[in-house]
Amino acid sequence: MTLQADQQTPVAKPSQLARMRDSDLWHSFVTHRGAVVGACLLVFLIVTAFAAPLIAPQNVYDSAELQLMNARIPPIWQEGGRWPFVLGTDIQGRDVLSGILYGSRTSILIAVFAVVFSLAIGVIVGLAAGFFGGIIDNVLMRFADVLLSIPTILLAILASAVAMGMLPPEWRALGAAGVIVFAITLSNWVQYARIVRAQTSVERRKEYVEAARLLRVSPRRIMLRHILPNTMTPVLVAATLSFGMAILAEATLSFLGVGMPASLPSLGTLIRIGNNYLFSGQWWIVLFPVLQLSLLVVSINLVGDWLRDALNPKLR
Amino acid sequence: MLAFLIKRIGSAILVMLAVAFLAFLIFAVAGDPVEMMVNEQATQADRDALRERLGLDQPFLVQYFTFVINAAQGEFGISYQTQRDVMSLIASRLPATLELVFIASMLSLIVGIPLGVITAIHRGKWFSEGLQFLSIFGVSLPSFVIAILLILVFSVWLGWAPGFGRGETVALGWWTTGLLTPSGRNAIILPAIALALYEITLVMRIVRAEMLEVLRSDFVKFARARGVPRRIIHYRHALRNCLMPVATLTAMNFGTLIAFALVTETVFQWPGMGLLFIQAVLNLDFPIMAAYLVIISAIFVTLNTLVDIIYAVIDPRLRQEKV
Amino acid sequence: MKTLKKSLLGGVALGLLATSASAEVLRWGAARDIVSLDSYSYGDSFTIGFLDHVYDGLVRYDPDFNIVPALATDWEIVDDTTWRFTLREGVTFHNGAPFTAEDVAASLARVSHPNSPLRGNLPAFQSAEVIDDHTIEMTVDAGYPLLLNDLTNIHIFNAQWLIDNDAMEPTDVGAGVEGYPTFNANGTGPFSVVEWVPDSNVTLVVNEDWWDEAQHNLTGIEFTPISSAATRVAALLSGSIDFTENAPLQDLMRLEAAPGVNPVVTQDLRTVMFGFNRRETLSNGQENMFNDLRVRQAFAHSIDAESIRDVIMQGNSRVTGALVAPDIPGYTEEMDQPYAFDPDAAAALLEEAGATGFSFTLNCMNNGYVNEEELCNALIPMLNRAGFDASLDIAERAQQTPKRTSGSADVWSFGWANLPMLDSYSILIQVLHSNEGNSGVFNWGAWSYPEIDALIQSAATELDYDTRIGMQTEALQIARDELIFAPLHEQPMAWAASDRVVDVLQQGDNKPRHWMTRVAE
Repeated sequence: MTLQADQQTPVAKPSQLARMRDSDLWHSFVTHRGAVVGACLLVFLIVTAFAAPLIAPQNVYDSAELQLMNARIPPIWQEGGRWPFVLGTDIQGRDVLSGILYGSRTSILIAVFAVVFSLAIGVIVGLAAGFFGGIIDNVLMRFADVLLSIPTILLAILASAVAMGMLPPEWRALGAAGVIVFAITLSNWVQYARIVRAQTSVERRKEYVEAARLLRVSPRRIMLRHILPNTMTPVLVAATLSFGMAILAEATLSFLGVGMPASLPSLGTLIRIGNNYLFSGQWWIVLFPVLQLSLLVVSINLVGDWLRDALNPKLR
Repeated sequence: MLAFLIKRIGSAILVMLAVAFLAFLIFAVAGDPVEMMVNEQATQADRDALRERLGLDQPFLVQYFTFVINAAQGEFGISYQTQRDVMSLIASRLPATLELVFIASMLSLIVGIPLGVITAIHRGKWFSEGLQFLSIFGVSLPSFVIAILLILVFSVWLGWAPGFGRGETVALGWWTTGLLTPSGRNAIILPAIALALYEITLVMRIVRAEMLEVLRSDFVKFARARGVPRRIIHYRHALRNCLMPVATLTAMNFGTLIAFALVTETVFQWPGMGLLFIQAVLNLDFPIMAAYLVIISAIFVTLNTLVDIIYAVIDPRLRQEKV
Repeated sequence: MKTLKKSLLGGVALGLLATSASAEVLRWGAARDIVSLDSYSYGDSFTIGFLDHVYDGLVRYDPDFNIVPALATDWEIVDDTTWRFTLREGVTFHNGAPFTAEDVAASLARVSHPNSPLRGNLPAFQSAEVIDDHTIEMTVDAGYPLLLNDLTNIHIFNAQWLIDNDAMEPTDVGAGVEGYPTFNANGTGPFSVVEWVPDSNVTLVVNEDWWDEAQHNLTGIEFTPISSAATRVAALLSGSIDFTENAPLQDLMRLEAAPGVNPVVTQDLRTVMFGFNRRETLSNGQENMFNDLRVRQAFAHSIDAESIRDVIMQGNSRVTGALVAPDIPGYTEEMDQPYAFDPDAAAALLEEAGATGFSFTLNCMNNGYVNEEELCNALIPMLNRAGFDASLDIAERAQQTPKRTSGSADVWSFGWANLPMLDSYSILIQVLHSNEGNSGVFNWGAWSYPEIDALIQSAATELDYDTRIGMQTEALQIARDELIFAPLHEQPMAWAASDRVVDVLQQGDNKPRHWMTRVAE
């Protein structure tokens, strides 16, 4: 994604330069141990998550597969553990491993949508504010100030709780995913808007924009074709890092009980359910989802950290 | 300077008014509080009487103005669920949260600064690279995951510290403290660590970055050339330069920590404001939700404004840019 | 009912404890504060239950929920509208005033005053007439059978004390009306009030002149509200309280594991069951197959109640086939035959009714009944395996109640404890009766069984206890056989006490009765 975006940079001889950058990036990637480990892990986790219907022992969405007599089975290496419940089962008789695989898929999908929407809104608002300035800039940025004066976690919880209450019951399971995307987007788009606005107000004073104006190119075209590509690099770094944050935000919301319902569990939901059994001896119900979530976010941040350093011209 | 002050404070007040409006909007959404407050034998007449007593029969705008005027006086009404005054409920929970956040902030400085210094001075050595790698976990793991792992290991398996509640507390006037009793001090250990970990890694990373920058600077090179001992360079000159950004970070993050404490409080069943808020969210107890939002944002905005003003006092150039 | 008995501690420890003067004070950490010391000021069963320690009624419940004499020693029904009570002699109030019929008359006038929030707890009362110092006659609605049940909750105040303190009219917590009795108390009960500091503590000291023989060995009670469950449990573990009437069920394991603390678990009087919408169509417009008895039977047969008890309720619930708990008058063992868990029979019944794949929504609450979320989540797969197409709608009570009352819920979780009257007349008139006038207020499914209605109407004016209960049993049996509700279990309730407490009486109405509590001496 990042590489393609860089190729669009309107500089002379883009193909050659892009190839050089590519190789630069590639070099810094292969020599960065953390990045390689993180990327491999991330690919593995994403592939297994999306292959869940093929590889998971149990379809956690088919409630007919849940049997109370299979409840609270310990992991297979413990006494009382049995096949195919490799990592044990929870109080509903849900296989923990299957829950983790399906749950990761849900978590990843929600995070991707949340980042994409925040990006879209942030870029549009930022471009408009930076390009037009004046009242539009003032109104949009005051609004952003208000949102920024509420801690993001609080904003997301409130948005999620309130929106969830407005959903009709038959929509609650699937709608919950939309609500979380909305809540994370609401609390996340401001940072992109600020980055893009700052870049835009710098770019719009540059000569090539002035030239385009004199040629009576429409403002929309100037924004989209000329200014936007130049703001992309910092935005994409922020997007990668905030992909991890979005996964955490979803998990936190679900953990607090204002996220995904138990019938469509995400990793956060699984941890919330398991947390009730922390003291009662069934540690596997909570530990394995916790480990999976940790691995997922750590691998994203390993890649993100590297990407930030690699694309930051000051550090190169 | 006065103009700057007025503008800065004025915009803070505007932001707070907007937040109050958002808080009020919470009331305008689904869920009938009356159903929650009445007991199962209540008649329609009981319900109507309650609706009237709560002012829920008033038009939207009237309710909004009442809300803003009351909120400005710290008056947030009656909790739907417990039928008790919201402000006194929150006030009774405030000491627990502030104590937790304060201890966590201290912890992040006491642990974070030395780690940052060590990783900067011994850059490239295995342990500082290891710490640097571990710090990725610090920023990656959500606080509830850390909390659960801490409880599982230190409370359930090892039994070293309680993973639950606040222990015994002592009342000092309206303030209650757990720091004066052994069980209270034990109880704060795990939640404070869980809350502080993210902050520790932040402090460590900032101190490290600042130290590296200062150590590359000319005046350090000059000091070295003059034969000033390493330790004095590191701790008297370099470290002093890092303290300003660290202090800023700690001050500004105090508000974030209070907000994030709600997650820690939920896991540890710590009887603070955050736990109260989460229970209110789950029970649709709107007055508590609204009051919490307003109070947290007020703390947040106040801290940010103060930091801005202090910076402007120190560095007059900022007065122009900030406005 | 269940008691906690512990062998006494070793001799050394005993000797040490005996030297401490305050050893027999029970420190009670409660989930919430009382709302007033005036038991007429709010229809709050927790506050009234607490004030049972300070005030007596004319009658009270024994440990098996039989109504037995308290301040009245005897009563007779003079005619259809008149009851005569003989009052106990030699009883004094905490301030030393003797107890007479004037006190009863003043109390009844006060509680039935038009401004009294507790008026509804004594619905049939008309007037009272003092015959002599220890005899009083009450006039009630013709044939009203539940007067004694109602009187268990009506505390007797001292008439002169009320007059002296200008408190003849009741206070009202809901309307913010306070008075002298809000912060002062003068009862005849086993303990007297030293002080109440709202949100902080209530201090009770033993009443040495109590008319009844004391079963307890307490010198006093220190009552502290601790609203956070976590703090309450922690306080118990750290030994700063001796007792709580509200221990969270999910913490029972850690309480059991902790030294020095004992959870006391029994079943609530509340029966948890599932009600069916009985309108022609469901909220989504499709034909309502629940009007076919076979479909309701299929529902009942597809629930594995024993697994729910063992797994979800951790062995602490009681599987039931009846709509009321065994302690509730009207219950019989015959009606308590749980529907067998038999998915094959359920599938066959559905097939027969042509309802295989019948889809509906189960309406549950997150915070309504014990472990309700896990319970409802476990129910869905059971139903679907038997051939239903069930989905779950779960949210907070505030969001679910409007759907239920408006008839847009298909099947809903429902719990009924028959409190405060402690008689199956409660569920019959309020839930099972057709919804008309003041009857069937909780008949959310719009069912109507004329034979049940007729039995309830006759029971409402039947003064002979056995005949009345016989009618109610018959109505409950019909309701059970017709599966108006599919009963599941009596849910668990949990108290917890420290080792110091050697004997505590736990009854299904969830009211602590510390005049029966003994602590280690």
